[in-house]
Parts: sequence; structure tokens; C-alpha cells
Amino acid sequence: MFEFKLPSLGADMEDGTFTEWQVEPGQQVARGQVICVVETQKGAIDVDIWQAGTIAKLIASPGQRIPVGQVMALVATEGEDWRAIADTVVPADTAAPAAPAAPAAPIAAPSAVPAPGRIKISPAARRRAEELGVDLTALKPSGTHAAVSIADVDLAARAAAPVDRQAAMRAAIAAAMSRSKREIPHYYLATGINAERALGWLEQRNAAVPIGERILFAALELKAVALALRETPELNGFYEAGAFRPGTGMHLGVAISLRGGGLVAPALHDADRLSLADLMAQLKELLQRARGGQLRSSEMSDPTITVTNLGDLGVETVFGVIYPPQVALVGLGRALTKPLVIDGAIAPARVLRATLSADHRVSDGMRGARFLIELDRLFQQPELLA
Amino acid sequence: MSMSRDDVRKALIDCILAVAPEADFSNVRPDRPLRDQLDIDSFDFLTILQHLHERIGVDVPESDYGKMITLDGSVDYLMHRPTRPPGAATP
Amino acid sequence: MSAPIRISYREALRQGLREALLGDERVFLMGEDVGRYGGSYAVSKGLLEEFGEERIRDAPLSESGFVGAGIGAALNGMRPIVEVMTVNFSLLALDQIMNNAATLRHMSGGQLGVPVVIRMTTGAGRQLAAQHSHSLEGWYAHIPGLRIVTPATVADARGMLYAAIQDPDPVLIFEHASLLNVEDEVAAEPRAVDIDYAAVRREGTDVSMITYGGSLPKTLEAAAKLAAIGVSAEVVDLRSLRPLDDATIVASVSKTHRALIVDEGWKSGGLSAEIIARIVEQAFYELDAPPVRVCGAEVPIPYAKHLEDAAIPQVDGIVAAARRLVK
Repeated sequence: MFEFKLPSLGADMEDGTFTEWQVEPGQQVARGQVICVVETQKGAIDVDIWQAGTIAKLIASPGQRIPVGQVMALVATEGEDWRAIADTVVPADTAAPAAPAAPAAPIAAPSAVPAPGRIKISPAARRRAEELGVDLTALKPSGTHAAVSIADVDLAARAAAPVDRQAAMRAAIAAAMSRSKREIPHYYLATGINAERALGWLEQRNAAVPIGERILFAALELKAVALALRETPELNGFYEAGAFRPGTGMHLGVAISLRGGGLVAPALHDADRLSLADLMAQLKELLQRARGGQLRSSEMSDPTITVTNLGDLGVETVFGVIYPPQVALVGLGRALTKPLVIDGAIAPARVLRATLSADHRVSDGMRGARFLIELDRLFQQPELLA
Repeated sequence: MSMSRDDVRKALIDCILAVAPEADFSNVRPDRPLRDQLDIDSFDFLTILQHLHERIGVDVPESDYGKMITLDGSVDYLMHRPTRPPGAATP
Repeated sequence: MSAPIRISYREALRQGLREALLGDERVFLMGEDVGRYGGSYAVSKGLLEEFGEERIRDAPLSESGFVGAGIGAALNGMRPIVEVMTVNFSLLALDQIMNNAATLRHMSGGQLGVPVVIRMTTGAGRQLAAQHSHSLEGWYAHIPGLRIVTPATVADARGMLYAAIQDPDPVLIFEHASLLNVEDEVAAEPRAVDIDYAAVRREGTDVSMITYGGSLPKTLEAAAKLAAIGVSAEVVDLRSLRPLDDATIVASVSKTHRALIVDEGWKSGGLSAEIIARIVEQAFYELDAPPVRVCGAEVPIPYAKHLEDAAIPQVDGIVAAARRLVK
């Protein structure tokens, strides 16, 4: 038996609101299967399970606020009887918010039982409830005073308020980026890459296939980044507890801006091992799901590096802020036609500005430069990117 | 049977709305770059072309992307491309 | 300016007296044993030698007599400082204080002022039993026409007397016996302090602990212990019991939404009741829990050490009450 817990879907996530189960007790689940939906600051996330088994007991219930790491379900492993596990008594503190401790001693003599319909509420809490428009009849006291306090009202207001997704996401980005700039000593490198060959190769390829099989330059860029990272593994991973932990694969966090504002960077898993066509297909799916608010928990939690591409906006150069605990971010701008000196002659060529923001605690400029040089090399041999 | 200008315009707008449902065409300047006005990136654009292809059978090569900058320009361009009205059999 | 000096509360009171005597020749000190004996708590030691019998006057054992004489001298242009050994003994002079000192300004239509300063020791903690240990300053704070101040720090012990002398009406200063040996750093040169406002001695966000006089050090110690367990307590030192600084009290409670009063006096009809009444009148909608009092037990102060300790507020009791209040 193992406990299925709410995973952290990003360094800035503290909790989520449980939305629904997509499985039921007795059902077999495979590794990677989506088993429930949890609402987070980044939208509704399909949470996938990391280990196969049989669902034994569902603990989380819709509307419940769940801290990261809290047990949501019990799962039977192979050979176990899920029905036996289903009878397991779940400790109260994992199933529901902790019950308030028994009062140590009464503050005042217990008052007479309040008249029916009369709510025992502190004056300040009553005023706060009016300010926040909280329904008094829905309030429950939690402290030793057996009366509704300001804290109870605030709790109810938070629970009742429709989650302002926009504001929550802004706050999440603010927290992550502030932490990054506070903790990570960034260094920045930039280089101009002659993209003429790669673009020409792609244009030729796209001209020969139906529209549905066209590949975006952005996909080619991602493939190049993933392959270049093989040269410099110290850019791909996490800095945690004072040490670098290399990523287990090239899981590129693709920065995706959402319509109406906000940003997510879900992972494109093992991008270096995908064929260009597969990478494009997965990118398409990822973009669609990100914009439809249907990302999976594994995508949110494990990107090993972030790639941000502002080329579509006509920006030439972007220096990004590293998303902690990652240790690097690759920025790609728009390929602009520029006069280049090639073989002693001036010729027009589309030049792509690639940048690297990296964590100086983990790597040095020399290694960062190595990455950009490798990236350049790959762009000159686009057939290696297929 | 060729499509009228209004038909093409409507088909294009429908395809854009499928990608950017919140787009408000009463505020779109038909003579200004469309992608900037509606926050359409290259992926959205590709998706729109795919929808267009499915809907009216038009095929826009990459080399012609530069002709589809504004709404009016796009309609002009599409009018000159071989199209198939919605519902017609695939050739 | 010279470096700060470290002195005791007792020494601070003596320096305050010296400043008053040096600063105004109309000032004189009068009371039982203030001269040759040096004061029953040794506050006026050495002053007789420095200022002479005219200005440091030993009085007979008649509180009504010498307090009345002080009031008469004040009416006639002097600035007397009258020392009463303990607040319990001041009851013998209550008629003079209440019926003369507090009333003459009003009864004369403003023609007669009584600029007398009456100092007395208050409070328990020294095993002096039920006739020497009570905290009756709340009673005096009931009387219009008097100003009641309670220095709780070394700086206030030195500076409040000077401010009191400047007041054209009677001022009673209550000096808590348990504070006399408390030491602290103060500026080398005596400085006048205001006697109009309460002081926030420690800032906090969870509970306002409102106190004065001898209970201030205990309340501050309790606040430090509370901080260690995650409760942020604000400590308000009232300093003046009449008039009360309502604005500071209300501001603090409006911030913390919880009030705890620490007063060595009794609850019934006491100062703590008055403070809570004012909080409820002026800040009802700020309260998130019923106000709480930690006060003297409703008994005459016992002689036995353990009983005396049990009869007045102690640090652990304050901590426990605050913890229950914030839960």
C-alpha cells in the first residue's frame, strides 16, 4: 500500500483545492494515469499517479483545501487486497483540517445557550463579516471562546471567495520570481546565431508537407536546446538545499503565456530524444492543454530548465529570470534579417539572438558559453535536429 | 463555385474565434496587423490555418504568411486562393 | 552630553527631589521621617544635610495634619511635596485630599489653586501585610480634581516629579515599593517627562496588555515569554491613571483586537473595570474576544510570602491568561 499525496506543482505552491476524482475504489491505475483534478494558482491541474496500483480509498473530497504533501488516497500495490486497505482508518489530521484543541480553561463563565438563530460572534468579527460580505449563518467558531472570531471570518471569506485566478497566478509568479532574484546569483550570456540554414531547411521541409504536418521554428529551437544541453548537464537540473541535483532527463519547461495574462511553463519531457515531428506534436498538445487549463501534475512539477521564446512578439533579445529551483533559462528572440559578414562578404541573413541566464552557484560563464556555442553549431546542421 | 468575400471573411473570423474565443471583432482594425491586436502567436496562427484548411479547403504555404498580416489583407489574399465552400465535397 | 548612567528607582526618586528643590525655592519636602531618618524607604537620605530643616521637614505622625498643612502652604504660594509613608496611611488624610485639595479650585471658581504634590508608596511584595500593602491608586483615580501618576520606570521615577511640580493643581504620585531597587540606564542629566500620556513599552500584534506601576516589569517579562511561544503581545504602560490616556489604549486594542488588564488592585469597582468599560464604550467593534483581567485577589494582602505572591498578579498568570485570550 502507498499513500497518494498531493505533489508540489512548482516551488511556489503551498496548497490546492481538490476538484474531483477520475477514478473509483477498486479501479486499477497505471503509472502516469490522471486520477484526479486539483485547482491551483496555475489553473485546474490533472494529477497523474507515479506508481501503478489499485485505488483502495479516496480521502480527499471536492472543495477541500489540501496542503502539498497531504494524503489524498490510499493505493494498493500488486498482490494486496484493496478492500482490506479501504478499511484503514485515516488519521484525522490527514483527512480533514485539524480539530481545534480542547480549551485549556474557560475564559469566562459559560454563557447561557444562545437563543436559536442568534450567532455568537465577536464584535470585530461581525464587522469584518459585514465588510467582506460573509454570510454569518455559515460561520463556525474555532477557538476556545466558542464564538466566531476575526480569524473564522477570514477563513470563511477565503473559502467563499471565487478564486481570482488572475490575481492568484500573478501572486504565484511574483513569489517565484522574487525568490529567484533574492536567492539566485544570475549570470547572463548572449550570442547571435545565423539561423538562415535552419530556417531554410525547415521552410523547405514544410513546403513539402500538408499544413497539419508543418513544424514551427519554435519546435526546432526546443530540439536544439535539448540536444545542446547534453554538452552542459550542469545547466539542466535543480539547486536544492545547497547542492546541485542534475535533472533525470531534458525536460524543457516551455514558457507559455496565457490569453488574458499569466504564464505557465509545463515540461516537454525528454525533448532531446523526441523526433522533431513528435516534439512538434507534443508541443501542440501541451500548448492546447495549457491554454485550456488541462495541464498534468507531472508536467508542472518537473521541468529541468525553462525555455522562453519571445520571437513571436518581435523582441530581439530576452534575458529571463530563472524559475527556482531550476538553474538556467534559455531565452530566444526573433530571427531578424541583418547584414552578416560571411566569408569576407556582407550578406543578409536572419540572425537569432539566443541568451542564457544561469545560476552562478552551479555553473560558470565558461560552461554557459559552451552551451551557446553548441546551440549555434546545431543550428548550422539542422538535419541533426530532425 | 467560388465563395463571396463575406463568406471568406466569416470563415476566417470563425477560425480565429476557435483559437481566441475572447477576440472582439468590433474593436479590430481591419487595416492593422491582426496578430498584434489579438495576441496571436505563431502556434495560434498555424492552428487558424489548419482550421481554415479544414473549413474551406484553402492551403496557405509558409511563403505566403506575409500576405496575411491584416484582416482585410488576409481576406484579399484568400479570395485569390482556390477554396472549397463549407459542405462541398473534398476534391 | 555625558554618557547614560545606571541608577536605581530609589536613586531616581532622590534625584527628582533634588532637582525640584534646586530648581524652585518655593519647593519643600514634608513627611514622616523624611529628614533625620532619611525617609522610610531611604528616598530622601542626605537631603536634610544638603537643604536644611526649613526645606526638609519631619512631620508628626498625623497624616491629616501634615497633608492639610501642605495644602495650606500650596494655597499660600508654596510648592510643597508631601510624602505619605504608604497608601494605606493616606486614608487618614483622605478628608484633606478629597475635600480640600481636589475641590478648592472648583469651589472658588478658579480663584484658589492647590499646587501640592503628594507622594506615597503603594503595592504589595515586601511582606508588610494588610495595613501597608494595598493598591488604592484606583480609588484616588476616581476623584475629579486630582491628577494621579504612577512611575513604573527609572526614567519616570526621576522625571515625573518635576512635571508634577509644574502642575497648578494637586498631583498624587504612587511609587510601587517593589520597584525601589530596580535599576536601569537613564540620561546623565535629569529630564522632564510628560505626565499626560500612556507609553507603549513593547509593540505587539496579538494582544494588548495594559498595566502600570509595579506590574509593568512583570507584564514585560510575560510578553517576552509569550513571544517565545509565538504570541506577539503589546504592553501599554498607563503612566497616568487620571486622566486616562484613552487614545493610546484604544489605538492598541484596535490593532490587536484583544485586551488584557494587569492591575494589582482589586477588580470590583476598580481601575481595571474602568479601563475595560472605556474599551467597550470606545472600541466595542474592535474586540475579537472578551477583555480579560489579571488583578489582585479580593482579599486583604496577606503577610505570608507564598500567600502574598498568590494574591497579586505574577508572570505565569499573565502568560496563561494571554494564551487563553489569543486562542
